[in-house]
Amino acid sequence: MLAGSRPGVGKAATSRRLAPLCSPSPGKSKEAEIKRINKELANIRSKFKGDKALDGYSKKKYVCKLLFIFLLGHDIDFGHMEAVNLLSSNRYTEKQIGYLFISVLVNSNSELIRLINNAIKNDLASRNPTFMGLALHCIANVGSREMAEAFAGEVPKILVAGDTMDSVKQSAALCLLRLYRTSPDLVPMGDWTSRVVHLLNDQHLGVVTAATSLITTLAQKNPEEFKTSVSLAVSRLSRIVTSASTDLQDYTYYFVPAPWLSVKLLRLLQCYPPPEDPAVRGRLTECLETILNKAQEPPKSKKVQHSNAKNAVLFEAISLIIHHDSEPNLLVRACNQLGQFLQHRETNLRYLALESMCTLASSEFSHEAVKTHIDTVINALKTERDVSVRQRAVDLLYAMCDRSNAQQIVAEMLSYLETADYSIREEIVLKVAILAEKYAVDYAWYVDTILNLIRIAGDYVSEEVWYRVIQIVINRDDVQGYAAKTVFEALQAPACHENLVKVGGYILGEFGNLIAGDPRSSPLVQFNLLHSKFHLCSVPTRALLLSTYIKFVNLFPEVKPTIQDVLRGDSQLRNADVELQQRAVEYLRLSTVASTDILATVLEEMPPFPERESSILAKLKKKKGPSTVTDLEDTKRERSVDVNGGPEPAPASASAAVGPSPAVPACCDGLGNNLLLFCSLMSRGVSQPQRAFPKHPRISAGGSEFVCKNNGVLFENQLLQIGLKSEFRQNLGRMFIFYGNKTSTQFLNFTPTPVPRCGLDSLTRTHLNLQTKPVDPTVDGGAQVQQVVNIECVSDFTEAPVLNIQFRYGGTFQNVSVQLPITLNKFFQPTEMSSQDFFQRWKQLSNPQQEVQNIFKAKHPMDTEITKAKIIGFGSALLEEVDPNPANFVGAGIIHTKTSQTGCLLRLEPNLQAQMYRLTLRTSKETVSQRLCELLSQQF
Amino acid sequence: MIQAILVFNNHGKPRLVRFYQHFPEEIQQQIVRETFHLVLKRDDNICNFLEGGSLIGGSDYKLIYRHYATLYFVFCVDSSESELGILDLIQVFVETLDKCFENVCELDLIFHMDKVHYILQEVVMGGMVLETNMNEIVAQIEAQNRLEKSEVRQVL
Repeated sequence: MLAGSRPGVGKAATSRRLAPLCSPSPGKSKEAEIKRINKELANIRSKFKGDKALDGYSKKKYVCKLLFIFLLGHDIDFGHMEAVNLLSSNRYTEKQIGYLFISVLVNSNSELIRLINNAIKNDLASRNPTFMGLALHCIANVGSREMAEAFAGEVPKILVAGDTMDSVKQSAALCLLRLYRTSPDLVPMGDWTSRVVHLLNDQHLGVVTAATSLITTLAQKNPEEFKTSVSLAVSRLSRIVTSASTDLQDYTYYFVPAPWLSVKLLRLLQCYPPPEDPAVRGRLTECLETILNKAQEPPKSKKVQHSNAKNAVLFEAISLIIHHDSEPNLLVRACNQLGQFLQHRETNLRYLALESMCTLASSEFSHEAVKTHIDTVINALKTERDVSVRQRAVDLLYAMCDRSNAQQIVAEMLSYLETADYSIREEIVLKVAILAEKYAVDYAWYVDTILNLIRIAGDYVSEEVWYRVIQIVINRDDVQGYAAKTVFEALQAPACHENLVKVGGYILGEFGNLIAGDPRSSPLVQFNLLHSKFHLCSVPTRALLLSTYIKFVNLFPEVKPTIQDVLRGDSQLRNADVELQQRAVEYLRLSTVASTDILATVLEEMPPFPERESSILAKLKKKKGPSTVTDLEDTKRERSVDVNGGPEPAPASASAAVGPSPAVPACCDGLGNNLLLFCSLMSRGVSQPQRAFPKHPRISAGGSEFVCKNNGVLFENQLLQIGLKSEFRQNLGRMFIFYGNKTSTQFLNFTPTPVPRCGLDSLTRTHLNLQTKPVDPTVDGGAQVQQVVNIECVSDFTEAPVLNIQFRYGGTFQNVSVQLPITLNKFFQPTEMSSQDFFQRWKQLSNPQQEVQNIFKAKHPMDTEITKAKIIGFGSALLEEVDPNPANFVGAGIIHTKTSQTGCLLRLEPNLQAQMYRLTLRTSKETVSQRLCELLSQQF
Repeated sequence: MIQAILVFNNHGKPRLVRFYQHFPEEIQQQIVRETFHLVLKRDDNICNFLEGGSLIGGSDYKLIYRHYATLYFVFCVDSSESELGILDLIQVFVETLDKCFENVCELDLIFHMDKVHYILQEVVMGGMVLETNMNEIVAQIEAQNRLEKSEVRQVL
């Protein structure tokens, strides 16, 4: 099969259709091929456009040629119409090629979809099973939203109709599955669902396989609705597993009865917890045991297909056992089975065993059993020839790591890193860094590990990793001396990675004094060592080293003249890089003018960093997708609680505060980089607020929570609280803003200014007028001041105004910007309407520009009362008993602006099953519909 | 779900390309090339699974492939599929091709591209496994051939 190389000539003679394109052309260049294809394309195009109508056979021939040209990588931009004509034909062969062309070449946005949909509709209604099959295939292959809209209602009917042929049922099940995947909101749940579940009992195993796929996907989203499938799946599985291999005839594959169906059934069962009914549960356990037993039996065939099929079922059974995580006996058997596979001669099985063991490692019953395989896994890391397998081995080592084996695993990963494939180095670095930190009992070991990491794979050590080691060293005073000594020694190497220079520079700048007593690492020696690396480093590292030097000035007065000489040098003071030059100037000046006391204050040791989620973990999560890492970590944490009877003694960093860690570089740098900061450095106690605020004011997204309410706290940080109270009538409004000083120190030059922002649409016109009086520029500690803003809405707008606040606090300039929650819906006036009026008006606004619709997932629990309150809060009237469906919400109102009044109708349709909403806005003005829809969509 | 099925020869020339999710033409070609380079550098006796390329799906996707003489058969699938199951499915597809073309070779894929697509359609539909029973698949294809012949006869 495919092995023999037959002379192609005889074959080509029987099929001339593609011969011109494929005849061997030895020595011809790529250009010749392109030329030939262009010629052929021109020929086909002229045939299609020609006066002479083509017969079905010619059309078929040319469409087939186009498909081949497309396969070779050439864009095809014509022929679609001909294809649609073909698929509308009554002749099977023409229809078939037409459908093929469309499903290979038409993307889901094509305008042709309408025409195609028409043809599909006819074929579905034809009651000709062959035509129905073709149509269903086409829907499934294209799977566009338009198709879902047209057929999501029809396909379930075909699927459960009593007289549908088996092959059509099979296609219909998968077609429905495809539509559900692309547009779940369009597939209505209904009484067909219970009949689909009963397809699990169908005579035809092909139908059962397709139905199982469908049910598995549906059950993931609607577990309640498909709960009955569990017992049916178990009994079906049991019949397959215990059958003699001849019972299922054609569905027996190399002596394995119905392997694909078994796999699918086992997948379906993984959507549910272990069955509650003891009889069902017992039967399932029996099945799983039988599958595990069969693995130990001698193979019925030597063919690889036999063992593949058998093991496909086995691995899926093991997945189910791990998923249930409730039968210790089965878990341990599963673990032993995987252990056998770890040493199997088939690479595929070793790969899969490593992968499955990863999930097994997080079960409390089997974690210890997994750990017994550590030597095999380490061996795999060293000897496997295939990077895919080594990657799995790294993953498994990471998963099985705990306090007892952390040192061994970290050491093995480090030594593997020296030869690891480039593609997985960064990930291994992150994993080593995380494990070293998480299971560090001894922080000296931790520091050694990270420095090794930098030495071995410096290029792959991301910033997060070296920030983290610095955070930890700063937070733990028992390791500081050791860290200083170790980095000093590491820096002795003639060539060391720049990341090591960074860590070394930072740590010596903070803790160099701890080793300065030893004459071998006297202040001058430390300085000379660092400075010898200076010229080889990039600008950011040199900037960091300059900060280390100024810290040395404070730590070691005896090297002050040496450092001043360096700072004074032309290469610093006149450096082309403005950052370096500025630092040199400022630090030189600081070292000259400041008294020892001031120096000691400004350059004092960095205070401990606030505990937060390890930035490295966040990085790994980002790299691997959140689920993979979180699950592992969470389950591990839970397990450690269960097993040890108490939480682990938290290492310096294991706190799991949420949110990404704020920019560390600004802190890591130790010192700021502009004159403003320099001023602030001159006064005491500034390092705290400096950390608390980002240097550049960012506009905080002053909340969507104000869309439906008028009062509340708008903004709060350590210094300032801003509260709001507002009222609106027609196109006017008034807002009271309260500024509270939360500190005990005065705010000076306090100037809040609300500014309207213009959308890009009109830079000249103002949509909003805001009038206000300045407030008292001094706000005493603990005091509150009030500001009144008068608002006039001139025309509809999208951008909310911004409130800029500037003030001086403790010598630092503070800048806060928040969005003022003045949104278009504030100028709503509710209108009551009868059902008849509402729908009459609704129909009048049927122009496509007037309607805006949004379908979105519910972000909050779908509670009717809360929804009602939100719609009223939004400003429109809530119209009861208007919509024929009582679950829907409709509202009406008028948006008042100075220049116009716009009537608005809205309709919100919740879909509890899918946890989705559809929101439709109809107004006479497109921009208004658009904006209101955006605003209201955020609320649910 | 199966995202794509790619068949190319030892030189990377595509022989069958079927995507079940829409990608623009040039991305499709890029995916074929990238996949070819990924599998080309792998020995024949190492494992048949590898992490998906960067273009197609990312880390949830795997490439599962088999190499037959001059052709690579690559299925790109997400984590909802069993790896060994897909490996067997490739085998079923190839065995079916072999039955339908009587000792199939690369040229059959070129000269009977439409047929190959029809056979594939009986195995995989819209990215989901439709039928795994070879006899059933062959029976469907034979039924198609009969229909075709009867239509040709009508014309004559």
